[in-house]
Amino acid sequence: MKLKKGIPVIDQGDRLGFWGGKFGGNFVPETLKKPIEDLEIQFNKLKNDKNFIKERDKYFKNWIGTPTRFIKLNNLTKHVGGAQIWSKVVSDANGGAHKIYNATVHCLLAKRSGKKVIIGDTGAGYAGKMLSMAAKKFGLKCKIFMGAKDIKRQQPNVKAMKKNGADVIPVYSGSQTLVDAVSECMRFWVANCDTTAMCVGSTVGPAIFVRICGWSTSQISRELKVQLLNEFGEVPKKIKLYNCVGGGSSSFGFWNEFMDYDKKQVEFIGVEAGGPSKSKRHAAPLTYGSKIGILHGAAQYVNQNSDGQIEETESISAGLDYPGISPLHCFLKDTKRARYTAASDEEALKAYQIVTKYENLRPSLEPSHAFSVAIKEAKKLSKDTVVIINSCGDAYKDRGILEKKLGKKYVKSN
Amino acid sequence: MSNPISLAFKKAKEEKRPALLTYTVAGDSSKKQSLEILKAISNYADILEVGVPHNTPVADGGQIQTSAYRAIKNGIKMNDIFKIVRDFKKSKNSKPVIFMGYYNMIFQYGENNFLKKCKKSGVNGLIVVDLPWPENKIFSKKCKKNSINFIQLLSPTTSNKRLKSITKDSHDMIYYISMLSTTGGKLKVSPKKILANYNKIKKISPKKNCVIGFGITEKTISNFKNTDGLVVGSQICKEITRSLNNRQNPVINVSKIVSKLRKKIS
Repeated sequence: MKLKKGIPVIDQGDRLGFWGGKFGGNFVPETLKKPIEDLEIQFNKLKNDKNFIKERDKYFKNWIGTPTRFIKLNNLTKHVGGAQIWSKVVSDANGGAHKIYNATVHCLLAKRSGKKVIIGDTGAGYAGKMLSMAAKKFGLKCKIFMGAKDIKRQQPNVKAMKKNGADVIPVYSGSQTLVDAVSECMRFWVANCDTTAMCVGSTVGPAIFVRICGWSTSQISRELKVQLLNEFGEVPKKIKLYNCVGGGSSSFGFWNEFMDYDKKQVEFIGVEAGGPSKSKRHAAPLTYGSKIGILHGAAQYVNQNSDGQIEETESISAGLDYPGISPLHCFLKDTKRARYTAASDEEALKAYQIVTKYENLRPSLEPSHAFSVAIKEAKKLSKDTVVIINSCGDAYKDRGILEKKLGKKYVKSN
Repeated sequence: MSNPISLAFKKAKEEKRPALLTYTVAGDSSKKQSLEILKAISNYADILEVGVPHNTPVADGGQIQTSAYRAIKNGIKMNDIFKIVRDFKKSKNSKPVIFMGYYNMIFQYGENNFLKKCKKSGVNGLIVVDLPWPENKIFSKKCKKNSINFIQLLSPTTSNKRLKSITKDSHDMIYYISMLSTTGGKLKVSPKKILANYNKIKKISPKKNCVIGFGITEKTISNFKNTDGLVVGSQICKEITRSLNNRQNPVINVSKIVSKLRKKIS
């Protein structure tokens, strides 16, 4: 299995949508074949259409607010005492997370194809919140599917969705988290695909959704490349890009522009959710060697039992609480372009405490996983190494959990 | 040379009625009970679809999901499902059996092992909901080699071009999904329109037995008397749930329903 140079990774799949011949594809009911094909034709045309790119960039700039900041974390660097620690503050984006890029692009596509309704899934609530924002902006009706357990633990985002006029549909089946929300959303699309557009909230699902999402979040690394040149005059000799990985949309977007660099120069480190340290359950299929299986239309490494039933996951962060992983990351793992590891719930909380103590930055529980590993590894690295963490979400949505786990002062100080 | 599925259609045709296909989930609500249900309803049904429960189904509505989750919760495993079929096939009223499920279960078992086991247990056909054409080309060939019917699905969104290619690659039986819906949805399209699509398929592929499924219940079934076959699933699963909730015997209640369905098309 080999990564090709000079071709965007999203376009390296084969005729049937498989990366590396075995990840991704389109394991979908017959009914969805046509709408998926329509979306493929539309996207393949528009992604090379100058006017469409111009339109996208206009909304990215004026509405989402690009570029998001790229800042040095001086105090944290001093505290850790090793590599320079920087952060790409993607949570600056309108709405507070990277999910806005994919949501905006899907709404632009839906608008062009004449669809009146857009539906989406959400775990942490960010994908849902952003889709509801974008739908409102572009005059589309919006339905968000969300696991009942997630609705309870991510109330601030649920309120935001409702305020934006979206229907939030609780999903009570299975583990009542993201995995069930995606299933329910796909089921709704099966029954309504003639009038309704679907937005999959991460780089997962049938191949076209993986591609659209990866294309959208790549805005992050496009900005970062320019910012690196401005800051250092060149792409530094030793960079390490740390990112949390749930479905894998923010990490893929954070890395995409640097794909063709040698990994000795630009290394990618994906941090999965290891779950509570005392639990056997996790949401880290790449780290813990899960087998390939089919989930939500795509072949991927996925937590499952020997029969092929998808296993329940456990993580403090709703955004990473997904048993599978993007086919793109499976591909990056097997081609050895990226390295994957996991952080536990406790490690993520500890990292959140450290970051908020030393910096005026409050990463949500998802990027706190990445901070945890970055802090640990930065200690052992030389000063000329540039460690960059994608702070892809803001902790506002985690208020309830943080207060419960760490006490009031961590919420108040925000 | 005719296989048991084709023979079942032939027999129904001789009786001037569509074949009745039922769908129940293996292991719902227990291994023993689901076997009893199969034995009871095979007095009235011509072909039995046995659902292989999966916990992330992307095309099933609430009724079948409930049945599937119940079966999984009660510990059903792939090998138990094969055993249920084997035991059923030993019974005196045994009928052709079609597995209906999702590809991951086959993928984890290994395609070749799975087919070997199907053959050994007496499974006559397979419907794999999330393995559409052309992705299913290789697997459907493997099925044919093992004398197992791979049943292609068609839907209202299937283009004419696809329709031709799919029917060309199909075996003796094809399955037309009546409307844009998950299983168990209310019939939201007129029977006339469904039959028009059905006839379009029959015109392209007159020799294949084409069944209609999704939205077929006691209320709607008599609209489709002039077809090759009809599938009822969600209504049966719903009846199992209802019976369990009312502490009644699902075996008796379900077989009553299937007997009524049969009368309506006879």
